[in-house]
Amino acid sequence: MTPLLEIEGLSRHYAGLVAVDAVTMQVQPGGVHAVIGPNGAGKTTLFNMVSGLVVPSAGRITFAGQDVTGWPAERRAALGLARTFQNIRVFAGMTVLENVLTGLHTRLGAGLFGTVLRLPRFRTEERAAIARARAALDLVGLADRADARAQALSYGDQRRLEIARAMAPEPKLLLLDEPAAGMNPAETEALAALVRRLRGFGTTVLLVEHDMGFVMDISDTVTVLNFGKRIFEGPPHAVRQEPAVIEAYLGHKVAARLAEGARAGVRGAG
Amino acid sequence: MPPWLDDFLWTYQNLVHALGINGLLALSMYVVLAVGQLSLGQAAFMGLGAYSSALMTLKLKLPFLLVLPLSVVVPVAFALAVGVPTLRLSGVYLAIATIGLGEVLRAVYLNVDLFGGALGLSGIPQRAETWMIYGLLGLAVLALWLVGRSGIGRAMEAMREDETAAQVMGVPTARYKMGALLASAVLAGLAGCLSAHVSSFIGPNEYAFEPAVTILSYVLLGGIGTPLAPVLGAWVLTLLPELLRGFSDVRLVLNGVIIVLAVLFLPNGLLAVRMKRIGA
Amino acid sequence: MLAQQLVNGVLLGATYALFALGFTLMFGVLRVINLTYGFYFSAGALLALWMTRAGWPIWAALPAASLGAGVIAVGLDWVLLTRLRRIQAPELSSLMVTLGGVLALYSAATSWLGPDIRRLPPGIVSADAFQFGDVRITTAQLLILLATTILVGALLLLMRGTRLGLAIRAMAEKPDAAQLMGIDTGRVAATVSFISGCLAGAGGVLIGLNFNAIHPYMGEAMMLRGFVVIIVGGLGDIRGALLAGLALGVIEVMTAGYVSSGLKEAVAFLILVVVLWTRPAGLFGRAVLRRA
Repeated sequence: MTPLLEIEGLSRHYAGLVAVDAVTMQVQPGGVHAVIGPNGAGKTTLFNMVSGLVVPSAGRITFAGQDVTGWPAERRAALGLARTFQNIRVFAGMTVLENVLTGLHTRLGAGLFGTVLRLPRFRTEERAAIARARAALDLVGLADRADARAQALSYGDQRRLEIARAMAPEPKLLLLDEPAAGMNPAETEALAALVRRLRGFGTTVLLVEHDMGFVMDISDTVTVLNFGKRIFEGPPHAVRQEPAVIEAYLGHKVAARLAEGARAGVRGAG
Repeated sequence: MPPWLDDFLWTYQNLVHALGINGLLALSMYVVLAVGQLSLGQAAFMGLGAYSSALMTLKLKLPFLLVLPLSVVVPVAFALAVGVPTLRLSGVYLAIATIGLGEVLRAVYLNVDLFGGALGLSGIPQRAETWMIYGLLGLAVLALWLVGRSGIGRAMEAMREDETAAQVMGVPTARYKMGALLASAVLAGLAGCLSAHVSSFIGPNEYAFEPAVTILSYVLLGGIGTPLAPVLGAWVLTLLPELLRGFSDVRLVLNGVIIVLAVLFLPNGLLAVRMKRIGA
Repeated sequence: MLAQQLVNGVLLGATYALFALGFTLMFGVLRVINLTYGFYFSAGALLALWMTRAGWPIWAALPAASLGAGVIAVGLDWVLLTRLRRIQAPELSSLMVTLGGVLALYSAATSWLGPDIRRLPPGIVSADAFQFGDVRITTAQLLILLATTILVGALLLLMRGTRLGLAIRAMAEKPDAAQLMGIDTGRVAATVSFISGCLAGAGGVLIGLNFNAIHPYMGEAMMLRGFVVIIVGGLGDIRGALLAGLALGVIEVMTAGYVSSGLKEAVAFLILVVVLWTRPAGLFGRAVLRRA
């Protein structure tokens, strides 16, 4: 199967620091792929390179069959790449519906001329966009808040709005940057249900997350980063037991003790 | 037209013209602030439009029908020269370059004979009419309103709120910023041409620092929620010195104070109205 | 003739550098484009005018006016910028607020004092000149050279050799870390405003002396040169501001002498645009302000 997203030898250096170190990874279409790792492992930098907000120092990114490595963020959206942000970035002064409509920007081709003259193409596209936006709001359960100002929404609702905005253009790949951040268990559960629904739309999900329960619950594949390097990749149950991963999170002494305990037949924690 | 209106317009002709022209200038600033940029070049672009159109009328003897559209050529050229390098950098550079532009042009107008030096250009035939000014103003407000209620308008507001998030949605922010700057140059250039052809005289000191900052005060007072708001801001600040004699001395001080108060306390302007951005 | 032009240019450039230093310091440390800076320049000149008319000699008026401008700077900074700093407003906000503030200040000063150009009292500086071969340097010019050298030297000494200088440099690099290290950023910010105001004020007196013309809007005319110097030299870069200032002075004098006096501003602006097109980080650019 041709991967939807392929990252080859991707690196990012800053003066005196290597944030991402020659990471190679493939995201297959369909399903949920998670990227995890301790703080500072390079996950957000990786995400920023994939979405086009940070220029890689080395390596290549291929998305939907195209080499997008040098492309600015705005070009990637048209290919079907969408993303949400760790610190929610909705457009506060605009209404919920308008926010979702901005997500559909790449689908509106009418141009200045058509807009000012209100040509038929403009009208049709605008109506279609509104319909799609409402459908996206239905998907996340915000249909009744369509005319509220985005800043008036609760944190959890703003997160859902961001997802609706990203999903409106029916992207091929959705990047979710710590979607469960700041959520209580009930909200996290609802979010997991939502992410499962996204799969039904033909959207592949790539997510970065710290909440292990969430990750293990909904992912098909997990890639683990530490100090900018990829240290493991596999299905969730394998990741749990991989010594390199345990060491990365808990440190080498605890990992050694757990390994000893497991060998002695004592059930370790977690 | 009823005779009382005729009389009124005749007596207050200059004021009526000024209201229309300042409205156009306010829109020229609005368009740039609407995409989250700060350009202070409106007065400079106006000057370029005024001088180039005056020269076209006086020296080339072109008919006004041609002069009016051609008056945008020079302002647009300068907008490109200043915009292309600065728009890919932080917004501060555009602001600085446009303030500098006004000053430099003032020095050029003063020192180059073609522009009449300190005396400026006089004897410009009064080819522009009130209806042209208001017609253009009306069209501009309408066009900006129609654009505001569309995908383009949403993209502009999104860019203003959060440029990075807008880029991720696919909004071509660099292109829109340039577009807004060029639109600003067009509006200001037309305002300059019309102004030159209703007041028959233009001088080098009319298009530099003070008018540039004054135009900003129009828009900060009125707000940028809808295209009509900055125009109303311009009207209030143009009428005030007329209505309150003795105010004209402190007019500039007032404009400066308004900007300070607006930025510190009233970031949405006096009219904190926001237009809907859905076009269907 | 050429040597004379060069000398004139270097002296003019020295005042440009002095002006730009304060401006770039404010930007580098406080991250504001503070347009009221031009007013400190005018204020220094006006204060010196008032003092010398009251009978003070130039060697007393210059430092006093400079300190006065520094105090005004701290006051204005507090009124206009504290609130914005507190809410961490975008940089365009500080640009706008200082723009409005400076318009109000210039026009208030003009309303109060009238727009006429004034001169320092005659004889305030001896009219003697010194001849070095082909080159003639007036006492006024020597004063400028001396004052600028002292001030720049003092600034560099402060920045490199004192604890305050270290605190300022720390704040310029990483304000949050500086605060965590126990540096009172509020006080350092006020000190930087004060120093910038002094530098601008001194520049105002010296330029007023050099051209024998003082009027409230004179700071505004300098701002273009200020922009050119700080952008060509690199925003926040002291060494760059010095070199760019000197270079600009020489280029302007040469243009006035060999091309046309009226086009010297155009040359400055042309340099600005060319630098923005080609090397926006400036000669020594550390980091360009890209869109965040």
